[in-house]
Amino acid sequence: MLDLRLYMAQRLSALIMAPLVIGHIAVMIYAIQGGLSVDEILGRTQGSFAWFAFYGLFVLAVSVHAAIGLRVIVHEWLGLKGGALQAFTWAVALGLLVLGGRSVWAVTFA
Amino acid sequence: MSVEDGKLTVEVWRGAGGLGRFETFEVPRQESQTVLDVVSWIQQYADPTLTYRYACRVGMCGSCAMMVNGVPRWTCRTHVGKVATGDSLTVEPLRNLPVIKDLAADMDPFFDKWVQAEAVHHPSETRHDPMRAVDADSSARQQANAGIECINCAVCYAACDTVSGNPDYLGPAALQRAWTLYNDEREADPEAILDAVSGVGGCHNCHSMGSCAQYCPNELNPLAAIAGLKRETAKRVFRRRKNA
Repeated sequence: MLDLRLYMAQRLSALIMAPLVIGHIAVMIYAIQGGLSVDEILGRTQGSFAWFAFYGLFVLAVSVHAAIGLRVIVHEWLGLKGGALQAFTWAVALGLLVLGGRSVWAVTFA
Repeated sequence: MSVEDGKLTVEVWRGAGGLGRFETFEVPRQESQTVLDVVSWIQQYADPTLTYRYACRVGMCGSCAMMVNGVPRWTCRTHVGKVATGDSLTVEPLRNLPVIKDLAADMDPFFDKWVQAEAVHHPSETRHDPMRAVDADSSARQQANAGIECINCAVCYAACDTVSGNPDYLGPAALQRAWTLYNDEREADPEAILDAVSGVGGCHNCHSMGSCAQYCPNELNPLAAIAGLKRETAKRVFRRRKNA
């Protein structure tokens, strides 16, 4: 259930995610040295366009990547196809985008 | 294991279409006995109604593949001594294909997919042109050569878990053939091949599990061929952008 278009979208989103995952983990390890508080996190992220762009792009890439991956699993293991498979893929993509997007917005510009 | 005087207990799938059951036969053991020998013995001495398929008996025609103890094998070149568990053997029709009757699988979906994969030679010259010299050392020719010994036995197709989960998937044999033709310098329309393997059931569905390469009786590597198709189709995306 993967044509070239979906294959490329999944590979390119993985390419985007790889450095972001490393950045995310590196900052986590760095930031928790000497304890961690909500104020400390928000102090860093609030009003920061850089963190908005970093996690915004992350959420976008995850939404594309995960939706296509789950689409394949659901097709091969549960036999979902046609319009139902299409609807499932979009629901996962948009669901992740909304959930992740809200979180990013909440810690940056909300 | 007992050879000569020994007996082999063989469970054979009997039935037509989707319905069937295993039937047990006692078959005398012989030295250097192949699984095809066992099936033939049953058909000749125990039950003449047993349906199965074979032709050359020497591993060239690709028609005798069956599931032996759950594994796809070319039965004419598979020695009983190497695959039997103790003195028992289970023989079933090839997986991932409809069953016509007993051990004969319907090969139509398998070969239909060869055509869908555009695994058909598009001639670049006519019979009236002089024979073109082919550079045997070129890397494209090496890639093509790697796959040309395929005997269309469908062992890889039966071994492929992606085919089981995704019936539209073209499968390892058809894609390997497409890759072979793509690399053939006499092929007139390699772009048509890339188009054909880029669709919904195309090469991008392969999960690289490698059962095709593991079970291919001729030790070919369809997995590498599919990886080649993925590479070329992905490269073409960027090439097209540049040319646009």
